[in-house]
Amino acid sequence: MENFDVGTNLLVIIPEIGLTILAVAILFMDSLLPESRRRSIAYLTFFGMGLIAVFPLMLSPDGETYWGGMIRHDMLSQVFKVIVLLAGSITALVASTTSDLGRKGEFYLIMTVSTLGACLLSSAADIIMIFVALETVSIPLYVLAAFNRQDKRSIESGMKYFLFGSFASAVMLYGFSLLYGFSGQTGLQGIADALRAGAVAEPVSLVIAIVLVFVGFAFKISAVPFHFWTPDVYEGAPTPVTAFISVASKAASFAVLLRFFVAVFPEELSVDGQQMQTFWINLVIAASIVSMTVGNVLALVQTNIKRLLAYSSIAQAGYTLLGVAALQGIASEGVDPAAQGVAAVAYYMLMYTFTNLLAFGVVAIFSDATGSETIADLAGLSRRNRWMALAMTIGLLSLAGIPPAAGFIGKFFLFNAAVSANLEWLAIIGVLNAIVGLYYYLVVIKVIYVDRSADDDKPILLTTPAGVMLGITTIAVIILGVIPQPFFNWALESATSLFS
Amino acid sequence: MVGMEAYVILSAVLFVLGAMGVMMRRNAILVFMSVELMLNAANLALVAFSRQWSGVDGQVFVFFVITVAAAEVAVGLALIVTIFRTKQSINIDVLHQMEG
Repeated sequence: MENFDVGTNLLVIIPEIGLTILAVAILFMDSLLPESRRRSIAYLTFFGMGLIAVFPLMLSPDGETYWGGMIRHDMLSQVFKVIVLLAGSITALVASTTSDLGRKGEFYLIMTVSTLGACLLSSAADIIMIFVALETVSIPLYVLAAFNRQDKRSIESGMKYFLFGSFASAVMLYGFSLLYGFSGQTGLQGIADALRAGAVAEPVSLVIAIVLVFVGFAFKISAVPFHFWTPDVYEGAPTPVTAFISVASKAASFAVLLRFFVAVFPEELSVDGQQMQTFWINLVIAASIVSMTVGNVLALVQTNIKRLLAYSSIAQAGYTLLGVAALQGIASEGVDPAAQGVAAVAYYMLMYTFTNLLAFGVVAIFSDATGSETIADLAGLSRRNRWMALAMTIGLLSLAGIPPAAGFIGKFFLFNAAVSANLEWLAIIGVLNAIVGLYYYLVVIKVIYVDRSADDDKPILLTTPAGVMLGITTIAVIILGVIPQPFFNWALESATSLFS
Repeated sequence: MVGMEAYVILSAVLFVLGAMGVMMRRNAILVFMSVELMLNAANLALVAFSRQWSGVDGQVFVFFVITVAAAEVAVGLALIVTIFRTKQSINIDVLHQMEG
């Protein structure tokens, strides 16, 4: 029995402990406060998660595994924990502005539990932990998607998310069981060591396991061909829930995807002369190309703003996979494409979190005030509330990748990583797709500023929390776009920790 | 004595049956049962491998899978009940409020 030091082990999961305490506090407040004052639960969640997001920054990660190998305490988990905690925190503020979720204590409770799962997922280093954490993220999200029980679309979205989600996780679980069968280990490092020692003689069996596991991850990041649920779930779920699904669960899934494939199928692993890394990188490249193309092309014909953002989210997953594909690059002349790729993914997820919360935040406020989610009804938004129009424009410009918004520099890092990994052609496909994407984002901006509507003289009022939410996300998007270097260096440090 | 391969082949057959059920059945409860079949196929494989490696990791994994499956059942059945209340049907083809 190895020496188990409770103190250090507890210190490593401080953010998770904080979230558990927050969840219990929300539960108590929900039952103790009268209905009229329950909006303060939203502010508790906002400040609570914001405070907890500071904890990972204060710990110094050492790259060791804790809790019997379940959790790896490194910079990558730190970066992604901060991302999901900020996502949860801002989502609480978005939800507080809506009339249907604002005073529902259970909403904040379920969201906090999902964030807890996402935190665990970003540091999971064992297939048992990955599976349990992934389900801790997903099961609360099925409930949240169906949260408006009176709304047929909401229930339908919850049901679809549930059926696709449980199918994808069952497929992934079978892949995990095969990996355990090959190696007799559940820790990622243990599996990798066993595979390196020649536990598998036939490359085919490993290929099956890789495909099965990849299906599960591809579903979570909504990459084509496992994206079918995305538009319907995004449209039907309450808007704050859509925002949360599109950032937190996606970011945590990218973290675990990177960690899993880097640890288990590294460059030096070859079975029977077949290099396993080539195979899974090719899968990633294929998923990246079709996700970008399908997402952008189908987004062109959408009339509902949430559906448009759903297809945009599929396309953004495609861009992010470019950074994952850069893992095939071989370090030369002091530039390590693999580290660049991981850092680009981390940076992109950080900026995407703020950008998407900004866009969905505006949609949430707008649809709560007007009851409409169609793009045509956004007409005249610039005359109804110029700050909302400005915030939406910045969000859309960031998604499209236009400076000074953060999306430009995020895409630049991703394409740069792809180029340094000798994937110039893939970067070119990415740029072409970004041009297609530019069109439908600009159409929405045109509708907001140019088109006239009969409601031009009916202003939309911003409440203080809504203003704070739009302010925080807008400023974050601009800051990340104008001074990206410190954040990218942080991401780069996290990338290096993944390989050590 | 039944060999290791027999267990793995059985689990693969169950998994494929479950996956086919998910894709071909239209009744939400049957789809859901097929997903459970897939999870249990993985459980069978894990237990068999656990015996082969004479370790307990696989069995521990199975306990977690059973727990997760129970949570999924709770949420899934709740969703099916809600769907039935609004549509008076649990055929998944009635889920077409949103298209495009």
